[in-house]
Amino acid sequence: MIGLNRKDALLFITVTVLVILAPFILNPFPEGTAMAQMFNAGYPDLMQRFVIFGILVIGFNILFGLTGYLSFGHAAFLGIGSYSAVWMFKLLSYNVVPAIILAIVVSGIASLIIGYIALRRTGIYFSILTLALAQMCFNLAYSVLGNPQKGINLTNGETGLQVYTSDPQYLMGENAPELPHLFGLVMRDSLELEIGSWAFTLNAGYYLCGVIMLATFYLSIRIFRSPFGLMLRAVKSNQQRLSYTGLNTRPYTLCAFVVSGMYAGLAGGLLSSMDPLAGAERMHWTASGEIVIMAILGGAGTLIGPILGSGFIEYFKNILSKINDNLLHQWLSFLPDGLEDALVWVLHFFVGKGWHLTLGILFMLVVIFLPGGLVELGKRTGGLFDRFRNAAEGSGKERNQSPRKAAE
Amino acid sequence: MGILEVKGVNKRFGGLRALADVNLTVAENSLHAIIGPNGAGKSTLLNCLVGKLVPDTGSVMFDGQSVLGQTPHEINQMGISRVFQTPEIFADLTVRENVMIPCFAKRDGTFRMRAIRKVDAEAEINEMAEKILVDVNMQDRIDHHAGSLSRGDKRRLEIAMCLVQRPRLLLLDEPTAGMARADTNRTIDLLKEIHANRDITVAIIEHDMHVVFSLAERITVLAQGSPLVEDTPDNIKGHPKVREAYLGEAH
Ligand SMILES: Nc1ncnc2c1ncn2[C@@H]1O[C@H](COP(=O)(O)OP(=O)(O)O)[C@@H](O)[C@H]1O
Ligand SMILES: [Mg+2]
Repeated sequence: MIGLNRKDALLFITVTVLVILAPFILNPFPEGTAMAQMFNAGYPDLMQRFVIFGILVIGFNILFGLTGYLSFGHAAFLGIGSYSAVWMFKLLSYNVVPAIILAIVVSGIASLIIGYIALRRTGIYFSILTLALAQMCFNLAYSVLGNPQKGINLTNGETGLQVYTSDPQYLMGENAPELPHLFGLVMRDSLELEIGSWAFTLNAGYYLCGVIMLATFYLSIRIFRSPFGLMLRAVKSNQQRLSYTGLNTRPYTLCAFVVSGMYAGLAGGLLSSMDPLAGAERMHWTASGEIVIMAILGGAGTLIGPILGSGFIEYFKNILSKINDNLLHQWLSFLPDGLEDALVWVLHFFVGKGWHLTLGILFMLVVIFLPGGLVELGKRTGGLFDRFRNAAEGSGKERNQSPRKAAE
Repeated sequence: MGILEVKGVNKRFGGLRALADVNLTVAENSLHAIIGPNGAGKSTLLNCLVGKLVPDTGSVMFDGQSVLGQTPHEINQMGISRVFQTPEIFADLTVRENVMIPCFAKRDGTFRMRAIRKVDAEAEINEMAEKILVDVNMQDRIDHHAGSLSRGDKRRLEIAMCLVQRPRLLLLDEPTAGMARADTNRTIDLLKEIHANRDITVAIIEHDMHVVFSLAERITVLAQGSPLVEDTPDNIKGHPKVREAYLGEAH
């Protein structure tokens, strides 16, 4: 079916349906209620982030999940993609197609260079090299290449790169939109649906990103099931055996690195296509760290893990940063005053701007107790249900699976 | 003129002379055993043949071509496959995948980007993998995780991974170490069958005399990094120098 085996096809179709229905699924509470303000996530920029970071982590997982090479510098490619896209807006027009293409090409070239250098080492040394090279890119973007006085100004430094009315925009048509668009379909345009007291927003940009995410997800499934994917998993399992089997591991890992760098560049290009701005902070090492956390939290090396991990983090980041002291006081008002104040004082550090702390703790717990991430959580609860069902059926016929049969 | 010619090879580890002036010729299509006490330098010698180590001096020629300075994957592509002292397999992959990888290496060379084609659709490779697993009698474990196999099975899997490439020279480093007698005998039979039916030159390092004398056509005795004698099994058995250096102290 659609070039995938049954299990993969089912997974792909499920994800497709979820992407299409996300604007409805993510807005379960009627508009205007307190619950809606806190937990509804069906508004355009957040949904765009869900799918764009999904693309980023799906690509990262092709490198980290399959080969085990942990890159700590993937945000560099995200940033490079963002800058490239904005340059297309400045030079050509607001059409997103050339922007996205240039984002992929330039990040591909950058990842070829960085990968070529960093892949001379393995393990922790590889990670440190990627970190160092990405920080170099950050510094180039932040100061060296962003200095208007010195003539070279590719990034516009701390202000960030944006489109000005004085920019050439050589291909700009007469009546072309003044915002990123796909052949006239403006990314910011939305269809507002009101059904009873519920409101749903169907946003053009979200659906473009969603379709692209599905395409990249499909490609990643094909890579996982291909001879190339098999070699990448072999690299992770036993690189020494692979070379004594007559295979040159370096081009395989380099290809994986470049593919995942291009995924990151595509994600960056899409970020700029949704909002035509690019800043160096996107390339900061903390951004790279967040990609790693998303991949591990979701379940590295699995197909669906990256989507779960990025969705989970973006969602809770959004909720946690909305909570403030007033809200906490409101929630805890049933407690005696002294206790209430004390508790609010403690929780204060974990919400609002302190959401990093909460995610950090969560990440620690996952690494310690659930090394397989959310996917493993799903499998374990699934297994629990199976056991309950077996017990309920009261049948002595245990399903006679060989204990360590290969998963997938 | 042998398929493998080792001449004047020396290898030092700091002050230790692990290989001292080693000369060795392995004739084409022979089954050649290298024996010697622990620490004699047997594994070091194999490491010099497959590109894991580079000798300090000397030459190693395979089929008239030098292997020195070649990377392990290039040496493998020349036709040398190696089984390690502790099994080196892809523990996270299935048994089938483990044998498919050398099939791909044989067919596609050191690198080929095939990212869209499906592994399942590679009929020819799947067939080769299934056939070799039947040959080593592991077809019932084809979908098992390689890491979950018994030590004997891991070893047989590793041998299958080497055999499926149809190498011209198969190097085995103590293939029966740590095996139960039954497993050892099965491995001996497998090696005999390989040698008889497949036109593969086999060089084997072995500690177990029972294995050596039931298999080898020629034996080289290595002691303290240099070859002591080389002869047929019968002559080796009675050789006084060998008794002194090796058999005497081992038994
Ligand atoms: N990589 C190495 N570094 C230092 N010394 C080594 C290394 N490999 C082997 N040796 C030493 O070289 C000698 C020969 O080792 P080895 O070839 O493994 O012996 P054998 O396989 O015959 O038992 C031993 O004394 C061993 O300690
Ligand atoms: Mg040894």
